[in-house]
Amino acid sequence: MKRRTLLASGAGAATLAMMGLPARAQDKTKVGFVFVGPIGDGGWTFEHNNGRLAVEAAFGDAVETVYAENVPEGPDAERVLTQMVLGGADLIFTTSFGYMESTMNVAAKFPDVKFEHATGYLRADNVSTYSARFYEGRAVQGHIAGNLTKSNKIGYIGSFPIPEVIRGINSAFIHARKVNPDVEFKIVWAFTWFDPAKEADAAKVLIEQGCDVILQHTDSTAPQAAAQAAGNVYTFGQASDMGEYAPMPRVSSIIDNWAPYYVERTQAVMDGTWTSVDTWDGIGRGMVGIGEISDAVPADVKASAEALRDSIASGAYHPFTGPLNKQDGSAWLAEGETADDGTLAGLNFYVEGIDGDIPS
Amino acid sequence: MDFSSINPILLLASLMVAATPIILAAAGELIVERAGVLNLGVEGMMITGAITGFIATVTTGSPWIGFVAAAAGGAGLSLLFAFLTQFLLSNQVATGLALTLFGLGLSALLGQGYNGIKAPEFPRIDIPVISDIPVLGPILFSHDPMVYVGIGLIAGTWYFLKYSRAGLILRAVGENHEAAHALGYHVIRIRIMAIAFGGACAGLGGAYISLVRVPQWTDGMTAGAGWIALAIVVFASWRPWRLLIGAYLFGGVTVLQLNLQAAGIAIPVEYLAMSPYIATILVLVLMSAGRAPGSLGKIFHASR
Amino acid sequence: MLTLEKRPQPSKAWVYAAPILAVVITMIVGGGVFALLGKPPLEAIRTIFYDPIFGDFASYSRPQLLIKAGPLILIAIGLSFGFRAGIWNIGAEGQYIMGALAAAGTGLAFYPMEARWLIFPLMILAGFAGGMVWAAIPAFLRIRFKTNEILVSLMLVYVAEAIQASMALNLMRNPDGHGFPGSRNLSQYPSSANLELVANSGVHWGVMAALTAVIFAYFILARHRFGFDVRLAGQSPRAAGFAGVDAGRLIFVCLLISGALAGAAGMFEVSGPAGRVSIDFNVGYGFTAIIVAFLGRLHPVGILIAGLLMALTYIGGELAQLSLGLPGAAIQLFQGMLLFFLLAVDVMTSYRIRFGKTE
Repeated sequence: MKRRTLLASGAGAATLAMMGLPARAQDKTKVGFVFVGPIGDGGWTFEHNNGRLAVEAAFGDAVETVYAENVPEGPDAERVLTQMVLGGADLIFTTSFGYMESTMNVAAKFPDVKFEHATGYLRADNVSTYSARFYEGRAVQGHIAGNLTKSNKIGYIGSFPIPEVIRGINSAFIHARKVNPDVEFKIVWAFTWFDPAKEADAAKVLIEQGCDVILQHTDSTAPQAAAQAAGNVYTFGQASDMGEYAPMPRVSSIIDNWAPYYVERTQAVMDGTWTSVDTWDGIGRGMVGIGEISDAVPADVKASAEALRDSIASGAYHPFTGPLNKQDGSAWLAEGETADDGTLAGLNFYVEGIDGDIPS
Repeated sequence: MDFSSINPILLLASLMVAATPIILAAAGELIVERAGVLNLGVEGMMITGAITGFIATVTTGSPWIGFVAAAAGGAGLSLLFAFLTQFLLSNQVATGLALTLFGLGLSALLGQGYNGIKAPEFPRIDIPVISDIPVLGPILFSHDPMVYVGIGLIAGTWYFLKYSRAGLILRAVGENHEAAHALGYHVIRIRIMAIAFGGACAGLGGAYISLVRVPQWTDGMTAGAGWIALAIVVFASWRPWRLLIGAYLFGGVTVLQLNLQAAGIAIPVEYLAMSPYIATILVLVLMSAGRAPGSLGKIFHASR
Repeated sequence: MLTLEKRPQPSKAWVYAAPILAVVITMIVGGGVFALLGKPPLEAIRTIFYDPIFGDFASYSRPQLLIKAGPLILIAIGLSFGFRAGIWNIGAEGQYIMGALAAAGTGLAFYPMEARWLIFPLMILAGFAGGMVWAAIPAFLRIRFKTNEILVSLMLVYVAEAIQASMALNLMRNPDGHGFPGSRNLSQYPSSANLELVANSGVHWGVMAALTAVIFAYFILARHRFGFDVRLAGQSPRAAGFAGVDAGRLIFVCLLISGALAGAAGMFEVSGPAGRVSIDFNVGYGFTAIIVAFLGRLHPVGILIAGLLMALTYIGGELAQLSLGLPGAAIQLFQGMLLFFLLAVDVMTSYRIRFGKTE
C-alpha cells in the first residue's frame, strides 16, 4: 500500500505543527462515513451503510471502514469529520446535504484527504459531489402508476419542497400523464424525511380522498402499511426495496444503490487516481435501482415499464424531454429538447398540469 | 380548491386511530402528574415499549402478548425513574430527560436485528351490526381493539380519579404530599405505583406505533409523540375526558392540514403546526381549573 | 430496609466524592454493556474518558470540549438562578432558537453591508433580546395568571421550532441556495461571523461568553443582594417574603436571565459553528443544559465541570464509534446511565443512608 504524509500544504502544515502530529504511514486505506440517521432507519442511512459494507466486502483486509451515525448537521459534523481525518481516514463520504459546509471546511484544512459529499453543489480539489438521478426511477413509477390507477388520482407524499423532491414529482407526473391523460396528482408535504406516524396519516388522507396509487418521498414503510390496510392501493418502495410489502401494495421501488460508486471511489484512492468529480448517476450506472416489478402489475404494463427503464438506462431517452410547459403555461422545453442538468439541479417549478403551489 | 374531496366520516375515523398512541401515553402521564410527579421521560418509555412489544410480537406471533410486553417494558423503564426520584430524591425534570436519552439508546440497541421485519397483522374488528350503522359505524365501530382500549383507559382513569377511594388518595398525594403523609398515606408507595402505571401506558402507546400504525421497527420511530402526550396532559388540565378531546384536536390538526393539502388548498403548514401548543397555553391561562396538581414536580421526603 | 436520614449540613466530603463515585460506577456498568456488545470494555472507557483529553489528538479535541460545552454552560448558568429560586424554566431550547433567529434576522437584514463594528454587536443584543422575549411570556403569565411556567415554557419550545422551520423555508431562505431550505451562512459573512479567538482552535466568542457567565454568576450568587434573594426564595419562599423579596420581580428577573443567556447561546452558535438557520438548527442544547445545571448542583463552578463532562461523553463517544465501532445507541445509553448515576449518588450529599429500620 502507498505511504503518504498527512497534511502537506501550508495550511495543513500549520495545523500539523499546532497539533504536534507526526507524519504517519499506513498500510490500509481507511474509508470514513458520516451518517445523518441511525443505520437502522431502514431507508436513507441504511442504504448508505449497505454501500459501506459493500466496500468492506470488495476489498477485505485492504481497507478499513469507520462510521459515525446520528451525526447532527452543523458543528458536530465538522468535529466528527476532523476526528475521522485525525484517525487516519483517506477518503470520507458525507451522506447528507446539510454536511456541505462542514465538508468544505474540513477539506480545506486537510488537502490530502479526499472527501465525497452526497447531494451538494460545492466542490473543491479534494471534494467531489455525488448524487443519484432518482427522477429517472420516478419516471418508471409514474408510468406504472398512470397505468394502474382506476380513480385517476395519484397521491404523492413529499418531504420538503426542495429541487430533489420537485424533480421527482414532475418526472412521475409527466410519465403518468403520458399513459393516462386524465390522471391528476394530489401532493401532500409532510415536512419531515422520517416520521412514521405522520407518513401513515398522509397516506391515509390521500387514500381517503380517492387516490389508489401512492408515491412517497419519505423514508418509512408506514405508507406501505396504510395502503395494505386499505386494500386496493398500490405503492412503491422508497430508498430501500421494501420488498416485505410485495407483491401488493408495493409493486416496484426505487433503491438507492451507493455500493458501486463507493467501491469505485475507494479503488480510485487506492490506485492514486482519485480526482474531484461531480457525479450524477442514474439507472444506467446502477446508482438508481428499480426494484422487481411485481405480478400485481399487468404483464403488458410491466413490459412497457421495463422498456422505459432500459431506454433511460441506455441514454436513449431523457425523462425531461420536450415539449414541456411550466405550470403557468409558459414554455420550458421545445419539442425534442432535453432539460440541462443545471436547470434540473435547481428545479423549483411544477410542469403544466399539476395542481397546487409549491410551498415557499 | 376542492373541499368536497374531503370525506368527513373517514377523516374522523382516521383521527381516532391517529390519536390512539398519544391517548394511551397521555392517560398514563395524567395519573403520574395527578400523583404529583412530573415524568418528562414519556418519549423514552414509549420507544422502549415500541421495541419490547415488537420483539415479543415477532417472537410469539401474538400482538396481544406484544402489548403486554410493551406495557412491561415501559413500566420497567419507569421504575428506574421511580427509584431515582422517589428513593434517591433526584430532581424529576433532570431524571425524566435522562430517561428519554436512556430509552432512545436502549431501544436502538435492543432493536438491532429487528429492522425491516414486518410484524404479524393486528386485525381490525368490525363490531357486528353496529359497525354497519351509516356514518357512526365507520367512525366509531370499525377499528382495531387498541382504539377501544385507549378510550376505555380514559373512562377508567376518569372513574378511578373521581369515584374510587384509591383515586381520592392519589389526588390527595398529588395536591399536598405533606398533608397526605400526615394522614398516614404512603406517599412514596402510591407514587411508585402511579409511575409504573404511567410507564406501562406509555409502553402501550409506543407499541401501538410499532405494531399497528407503521407496523415495523425503526430506530427513533416514535418521533416526538411522547412530547405531544406531555403537552396534551397540560392542555386537558389534568382531566381525563378533556384529554380525549385534546388528543383528537392535536391529531385532528395534523390530519386536517394533510387533508387540506391533498385537496389542493394552500395553507401555511408551520402556523397550523404550532397552533395546538398556543391553544394549550391559552387553556392554561384561561381555565382557572387549569391549575396543576399542588405538589407537581416537588420532591417528597418524610422527614422525621 | 434502606432509609434516608437528612444530614444537618450537606456533607462536604460527599460533594466531591459523589460525582467521582458516579463516574466510576458508570465506567463499571458501561464497561459491562460494552463487553456484552462484544467490544473491549477497558479500551472503550479509555477512549471515551481519556483520549479526548490526553490521547494522540488531544490538541484538537481539548478546545473542542470547550466549544461543545460552551452553549451548555451558558444556558445552564442562566437556568441555575431560576432553579435555585424554585422557578422552572424548561423551555431554554425555545429561547435558544428565538435568540438565534433574532440574531440571524438582524445579520441577514444588513447583508451584504460591511460594518462588523455595528452588525455583530447588534446581533449579540438581538440574541439576548430574542431569548428574553421568549422567556418573558411564561414569566408574565406566571405573575399575572399564576400559570405554571414549566408547562408554558415547554409549549413555547414547539412554537419556536415551528417558527424556525418557517423561517428556514421562507423568510430567511438563502436566495442563492439552489432552492434548498436554510439561510445564508452567517459565519462566512464577515460582518456577522462569530470569529475564532484563538487561531486554529475553533474557540469563539461563545466560549468566552460562557466562561464570563460562570465568573459573573459566581460573584452574583456569593456577593450580590440578588444572589441572596434567589437562595432565600429557594430555601423558604415565606422567609423571602418577610425579608422583602418581591416574588414577582424575582420570577421575572430569573426567567429573563435564563432567556437572555439561552438566546445568546443560540446567537453564538448560529453565527459561528452552525453558521446558518436551518429547519432543525437546534440540537437539544436547551434540554441537555437542564441536566448540566443539576449535575453541577446549580453552582457556577459545578456547572462548568458538568458541562465539560457532558462534552467529554459526546466527543469521547464519537471517538469510540470511530475507533471501536461502538453503535451510536450504545453511547446514548451510556450517557443516560452516567446521568442516572450522577443524579442517584447526589442523594449522599444531603442524606445519610441507614440500613435497618430506624423506628
